Amino acid sequence: MKKFEGLPQEIIALRASQELKDGDYVNLGIGIPTMISNWIEGRDIFLHSEIGMIKTGPLAYDEDIDQDLINASCQPVTEVAGSIYFDISESFAMIRGGHVDVTVMGAFQVSEKGDFAGWNNPSRGLGNVGNIGGSMDLSAGSRRLIITMEHTTKNGDPKLLKELTYPATGRGNVNLIFTDLAVIEVAPEGLILKEIYPGLTTEDIQSVTEPKLIISPDLKEIEL
Amino acid sequence: MDKVIPKLEEAIHDIEDGALIAIGGFFTCGVPRDLLKAIISKGIKDLTFACGSGPLLGAKEEMSELVANNQIKKVIDSYGLARSTSKGLDDPFEAQVRANKIELEVVPMGTLAEKYRAAGAGIPAFYVKTGAGTFVEDGLVTNFSENTNGKETKIIDGEKYVLEYSIKPDFALVHAYMGDKEGNLYYRKTARNFNHVMATAGKVTIAEVEKIVEPGEIDSHCIHTPGIYVQRVVQVSRREFEITID
Repeated sequence: MKKFEGLPQEIIALRASQELKDGDYVNLGIGIPTMISNWIEGRDIFLHSEIGMIKTGPLAYDEDIDQDLINASCQPVTEVAGSIYFDISESFAMIRGGHVDVTVMGAFQVSEKGDFAGWNNPSRGLGNVGNIGGSMDLSAGSRRLIITMEHTTKNGDPKLLKELTYPATGRGNVNLIFTDLAVIEVAPEGLILKEIYPGLTTEDIQSVTEPKLIISPDLKEIEL
Repeated sequence: MDKVIPKLEEAIHDIEDGALIAIGGFFTCGVPRDLLKAIISKGIKDLTFACGSGPLLGAKEEMSELVANNQIKKVIDSYGLARSTSKGLDDPFEAQVRANKIELEVVPMGTLAEKYRAAGAGIPAFYVKTGAGTFVEDGLVTNFSENTNGKETKIIDGEKYVLEYSIKPDFALVHAYMGDKEGNLYYRKTARNFNHVMATAGKVTIAEVEKIVEPGEIDSHCIHTPGIYVQRVVQVSRREFEITID
């Protein structure tokens, strides 16, 4: 299958960061979502980390490292003015109770119904077990769920599918998808193609996407 | 009442083979590593470790000893496996899981937190939407397929919820920055994580603390875990370690 050149991961993160609003409480998953934190410095966004912290600061280096202060990806981080700590059941009450405005996560696959798979890659050969972490709670509880990912696998196979073939993290909760090639909204009627990488055509995007895309009447090139 | 126990081995003297033991901590942060070392030294076996988010990935050294000594029967965790697939292939714990020598039960992190909170609060089971429509609804997510039985679900206000049971450990081992002699605990920064809920859940809760102080020395408005939940307090020294998991 043909593979297209698109946005580098940092720029997918930049485009996704533009979707966050001032005042939002936001949880960022591992990978491309974490890169979003580089694009929102100085903005009035509250980063929630499921380990039990709000207003997670930038990564810590050298003498700023404190072994009692890490994010949910096991990276040393820093405090900023107004950082707060709380226990884990409180942290997940915030998540499950719908108090987190936006969660951004990566995914192996997303379906046209807004199902997504991100916790168990069958190729690892561990059967049913894998690392769920907080992904299922975040998927079930966040008000808005954004997925950032490459549009296709390394082999060029579509990751946007009619039905998941990997074990689901959540069902029907994905709202918006940012890939290296496109911005796609998940709507009751299907996947709506809203923005495309400059130079590509809707046919190009369709050729690396399994479900039939609905082309937005306001379709435009990805703007940064 | 003075709950301070002078020695680690004395603090865990009544943990026997087959115990269900909660281990606080989140990856490298806030893990009761000295209490784990005492369990390694005691050599007790058939242990089930109820975790929250990879404390045994964080306590790499202790984990490899527990596996080498064949002390673990089962681990319950939300994130119990190496992050990296390639490093997982060299991991002795993962090898035991692959060989079905150790059972790994995987639970979503928030549901796991609530299982401890509920146990501490006298709630035997509860409904959550987390995991509906996934393997989690189909039954326990475990490599021991004979233990995977379906879970009860209920539609409430048009949405599907899954019935989850609380976890009441025989012992909860927690790490706190400060504790007074009556067992009131204070944690530093993100090292609180699972330690507080697990302290409430344990039939017996044993806290290792970096500083033991007199009652009244921790600001009484700032106690994170009231001493009513804590039976034993033992002093450990603050250790520096690498903040990384594979």
